[in-house]
Amino acid sequence: MTVTRGFAGRSPAGERDPRLPPGQYDAGDSWPVLSAEVTPDLTAAEWTFRVDGLVAEARTWSWEEAHTLPRSGYEGDIHCVTSWSKFGVRFGGVSLDTFLDLARPHASATHAVAYAHTGYTTNLPLSDLTGGRAWIAWEFGDGPLDPAHGGPARLVVPHLYFWKSVKWIAGLRVLDHDEPGFWERNGYHARGNPWDEERYAGD
Amino acid sequence: MTEHPPEPFVPSTRFAVPGRIVASNRAAATWQPARLVEVRRETARASTFRFAVPGWTGHLPGQHLMVRLTAADGYVAQRHYSIASPPADSGHVELTLDHVEGGEVSGWFHRVARPGDTVEVRGPLSGFFAWPGDRPALLLGAGSGVVPLMSMVRDRRLRGTDVPLRLLVSARTPEELIYADEYRDETTPVFTRVAPPGARPGRLSAAHLEPYLARPPAEGWEAYVCGSNGFAEHASRLLVALGQPVDRIRVERFG
Ligand SMILES: Cc1cc2nc3c(=O)[nH]c(=O)nc-3n(C[C@H](O)[C@H](O)[C@H](O)COP(=O)(O)OP(=O)(O)OC[C@H]3O[C@@H](n4cnc5c(N)ncnc54)[C@H](O)[C@@H]3O)c2cc1C
Repeated sequence: MTVTRGFAGRSPAGERDPRLPPGQYDAGDSWPVLSAEVTPDLTAAEWTFRVDGLVAEARTWSWEEAHTLPRSGYEGDIHCVTSWSKFGVRFGGVSLDTFLDLARPHASATHAVAYAHTGYTTNLPLSDLTGGRAWIAWEFGDGPLDPAHGGPARLVVPHLYFWKSVKWIAGLRVLDHDEPGFWERNGYHARGNPWDEERYAGD
Repeated sequence: MTEHPPEPFVPSTRFAVPGRIVASNRAAATWQPARLVEVRRETARASTFRFAVPGWTGHLPGQHLMVRLTAADGYVAQRHYSIASPPADSGHVELTLDHVEGGEVSGWFHRVARPGDTVEVRGPLSGFFAWPGDRPALLLGAGSGVVPLMSMVRDRRLRGTDVPLRLLVSARTPEELIYADEYRDETTPVFTRVAPPGARPGRLSAAHLEPYLARPPAEGWEAYVCGSNGFAEHASRLLVALGQPVDRIRVERFG
C-alpha cells in the first residue's frame, strides 16, 4: 500500500458506507452521464427490442408490444466504472427473463452480446442476464428515462458496472461463446463485477 | 447448430463508432508510482501537475489515466484524468485539474499536493478518444474538457505534421481559459460570459462551426468533443445538425 501524504478521504475511517464497492464513491443526488457517442434522436415509436441468435424463436418487440408484458423493476444501487455509485435508484420496465422465456435460448447458449440502436455493444454471460437480475427499463423514478441516460429504453444489469447496462438498447444476440463488446475491446474487463473491482482486463 | 454467427457480431444499426486503437491491457492493469515534479497554475481554478512516471509505456493524444490516492487507514479514492502532455514527453505525464468545490481528489491536489509527493496511476486507458494523428481533427472542448485536446494540439506541433486540425475551446471568461498562452491560429476561443473587448460573449454556435463543416477536408473531419455532459450534448448536436456523420464524432464526458 502506497499511502498518499496528507490524504484522509472525505469521511473518517469507520464511516465508510458498506453499500460502496471497493474504490467507489457516493455520487449523491447527481447522476453523471457517460457515453462515448452522440445521444441518438430515438423516439419511442422508433424503438424496438430484438432477441435472436441461438434461440428457438427470434423475436422483435415494438414499444407497444413490450409494454403489454408483465411489469417489473429494480430498486437498489448502481455502480459506474468511473468510480461513482448511486444508491436507491428505481428503474421500471420488464424483466429480461420475460423476453428470454419467449425467445427460448438453445441449451448450447452461454453468452449474449447486448447492442444499442447506436451500434454500441457489450458482452454478458447469460447467467448475468437471467434469474431476475436484468431488465429492459423505460422508467426512472416516477418518470420516463431521459435520453442522455438511455431513454426511450435501456438494459439495466445493476450487479455489474454500468457500462454493461446498454443505453438505447436494441437487442440481444444469443451466442455459445463470449465475444468482447465495445469497451471490452478497449481494455475493459469482460465481466465487470464491482465487488471484485473488475474494471480493466487483467483485474 | 446452423445459427452460429459466422463473424464477430456487428449490429445492423446506424452508427457504431469503431475504436481507434486497442488499449494495452497490461499497462491498464498495473498501478504505478507517479512522482509529482512540478505544479503550474493555469487559471484561478485550474493547475497543471507534472509527474515523473518511470514505467510509463506511452500514450496517444486523447487518452486518459486513473489516479489513486490512498489514506493511512487504507481508504482509496480514484478518478479518471485526461492526459494533457504529448506522447513525446517520455517518462512524464501532465494532468490539468479543475479545483472542484468540495472535491475529494481534486481538493487534495489543489490544497495539499507539492513536488516530491507520490500518487499512483494506471493507464493509458481507452483508445476510443485517441487521435493517432492520421485524420483531420475538429476538436471542441469546454473548461477542463480542453485537456485531452491540448495533448493532440501539442503532439501535432511537435511532430510538425500538416494534418488539418482545428480547436474550438469554450471558457466562461478570458481569465478562465486554460492554456491561453499556448494557442495559435489553429484555435478559436469562445467566451460564454465575458468576452475580450470588441467581442460579444455567447455559447458555441453553428456560426462557429459552419466555416469548417461547410468545407471539410477531402477525407472529412474526425470530431472530438470533450467537457461536461451539458457541453457534450450541445456541441455534438450542433455537429450532427451541420452534417457531421455521427460515426465520426467521439465524445468524452467528464460526468
Ligand atoms: C474520462 C474522464 C476524464 C477526465 N478528465 C479530467 C481532467 O482532465 N481534468 C479535470 O479537472 N477533471 C477531469 N475529469 C473529472 C474527474 O474525474 C473528477 O470527476 C473531478 O476531478 C472531481 O473529482 P473530485 O474527487 O475532486 O470530486 P468528488 O469528490 O468526486 O466530488 C464531485 C462533486 O460532488 C460533491 N460531492 C460528492 N460526494 C459528496 C459527499 N459525500 N458529500 C459532499 N459532497 C459531495 C463535491 O462537493 C463536488 O462538488 C475526468 C473525468 C472522466 C470520466
